[in-house]
Amino acid sequence: MLSVRDLCLERHFEPVFEPLSFEVAAGELLVVTGPNGCGKTTLIRLLAGLIKPTSGTVSNGFGTLQYVGHESAVKAELSVRENLQFAARLAGGDDVDTAIAAMDLRPCAGQSGRTLSAGQRKRTALARLVAAKAALWLLDEPYTNLDAAGIEGMDALLDRHLGAGGTCVMATHGAHRPARAASAAAWQSREIALDARPLAA
Amino acid sequence: MSALSGFAAVLRRDLLIAVRRGPEALLPLVFLLVVVSLFPLGVGPGPALLASIGAGVIWIAALLATVISLDTLFRSDYEDGSLDQLLLSGLPVSLVALAKVAAHWLVSGLPLVLLSPLLATWMQLPGESWGALMASLALGTPILSLLGAVGAALTLGLKRGGQLLALLVFPLYVPVLIAGTGTVMAAADGLPYTPLLGLLLAGFLVALSLTPFATAAALKISVS
Amino acid sequence: MNSKNSIILFFHKVGSPPHFYGIAGRLLPWLWGFFGVMAVVGLYWGLFRAPPDYLQGESVRIMYVHVPAAWMSMLVYALMAGMGFIALVWRIRMVEILMISSAPVGAAFTLVALISGALWGRPTWGTYWVWDARLTSELVLLFLYLGAMGLHAAIDEPRKAARAMSLLVLVGVVNLPIIHYSVAWWNTLHQPASIGVGGSSIHPSMLWPLLITAIAAKFYYLANLLTRARLRLLEQDRRKHWVRMEVLAGELAGQETAEPGAGAN
Repeated sequence: MLSVRDLCLERHFEPVFEPLSFEVAAGELLVVTGPNGCGKTTLIRLLAGLIKPTSGTVSNGFGTLQYVGHESAVKAELSVRENLQFAARLAGGDDVDTAIAAMDLRPCAGQSGRTLSAGQRKRTALARLVAAKAALWLLDEPYTNLDAAGIEGMDALLDRHLGAGGTCVMATHGAHRPARAASAAAWQSREIALDARPLAA
Repeated sequence: MSALSGFAAVLRRDLLIAVRRGPEALLPLVFLLVVVSLFPLGVGPGPALLASIGAGVIWIAALLATVISLDTLFRSDYEDGSLDQLLLSGLPVSLVALAKVAAHWLVSGLPLVLLSPLLATWMQLPGESWGALMASLALGTPILSLLGAVGAALTLGLKRGGQLLALLVFPLYVPVLIAGTGTVMAAADGLPYTPLLGLLLAGFLVALSLTPFATAAALKISVS
Repeated sequence: MNSKNSIILFFHKVGSPPHFYGIAGRLLPWLWGFFGVMAVVGLYWGLFRAPPDYLQGESVRIMYVHVPAAWMSMLVYALMAGMGFIALVWRIRMVEILMISSAPVGAAFTLVALISGALWGRPTWGTYWVWDARLTSELVLLFLYLGAMGLHAAIDEPRKAARAMSLLVLVGVVNLPIIHYSVAWWNTLHQPASIGVGGSSIHPSMLWPLLITAIAAKFYYLANLLTRARLRLLEQDRRKHWVRMEVLAGELAGQETAEPGAGAN
């Protein structure tokens, strides 16, 4: 269970969003929507613990989490495989072949990060979700830069994760929502909309 | 994942990246050579004069070269999002910081120590002081890297962060500079210099045990 | 002692901005008053009435400015470190404001110590600067202040800037004794000139004016600190209700407020 109570963050002494309270249970997908600049990225980073709130609490009951942010965290000097191997090692694992296959990275697995396209870099970042298992996924605009095949792959990943009891909070400003495959386990999906910041009176 | 293997993983990664970056890592060393070579041009090549300022010149050049190389310590990871991943990996952040500093020293500090005989020759330092010079740099440059890492972490993502970094760490470097040059000058005068080396060793141990926590706190502040 | 009471008093009300603003405002005239009185008494006594030094003659009188300034430069940095620690651990905004507001005053004291130290050296040694242990330490301290202020100014988000500055000041304060001792040792090694009052004991006729100017310096710090802190608080809270009430109260009383353009709203 990830529970958020009266979460508030101020930047330059102005609140970034209205105080938020919500809960995300295991096996649930929470989609956070809203226009650009409404604080979605900040919220995801607050949930990840990278930012401490000004007031309110974030209680994360899930043992492990994976965060995929705006930047792909792909080192230019390392190959796709090496990048994923490092991520796997940090999580105590070692298998990256499944991850490479899951996001269709086999053609470029040996290429260095510098030579990747934006889409390939994004898929590498998302492949980390397979290379390093975690109960809670925090995704910030996961569909950016992905082509149709990439989006399908991402949705398949998400479906398997949620079906197996994993949890995900996703921020997106696009219209696409992950499709629920006809899998054995059904999972819940909810949405929260962050409004654009109210103009100062 | 155990702390030790996490440390090793980060250290290996950083060393691999530095090696793959290739010539770029040598820039601070070239800078070091250029700075030291400017002194004879600036003050005249008289051997006595160079020998008398040699310890100070080499040490100050080492400070400058370290500050220049520190800029890259966290910057790349900060900009491409890897720093977030390291902070979220579950490893103690102080350990991550220590691993990165260790990699940084191996790439930037150790070559400096190895180059010091060349610099000693240029500055006409007497042979008796070469050993002291290398030893003082071997103990001192890690302290510079450890202290500098705190400054580098605090100035992440700032415009002109490099200049600010210099201003932040130079006051902190003063004791190291004094101890380092004191060691070399004592050796040059034929006086015992091991007490000063002992001080440097003590300083290194204190820096090793305390600065990673300060660096970790600074990284968390910069990322928020 | 009155200065001690004021400190305890304002730490009590530190948590609440409008309270702090009000109490600090009421304290300020007293603080400035005490500073003025003590400064005049101390300086008059020291500059005109106290005896000249056995060795240095009249030039020792600069000590009544130099020594309090030097003491304050270190005291303020130590206070900033304490505030920084509280700010980092408990994230209290008022403490952050007090720390940030202390920095320029501390740096100013350091600068005064340096300039007065240089002037002190001139009659004795003939040069305007001498690398003695104290002056060199003061110079490094000035760089520490400038670094902290520079870091704070370079970070965009105010509370993040305050946290970064707090950490830096804490690192600095741990290093400060090390810097002091290393500079003192370096000084003995190279044996350059030195300034200071000879001997470890100061004659009572010199001690009293020194203590008075030292206390005056503390009042100056407090008065300056509270003035700056109030301004910074107004700036940070300018959209909050209590600031608007203050502005209105100020306008009603016919006083000029520090808020530019606020009256137009």
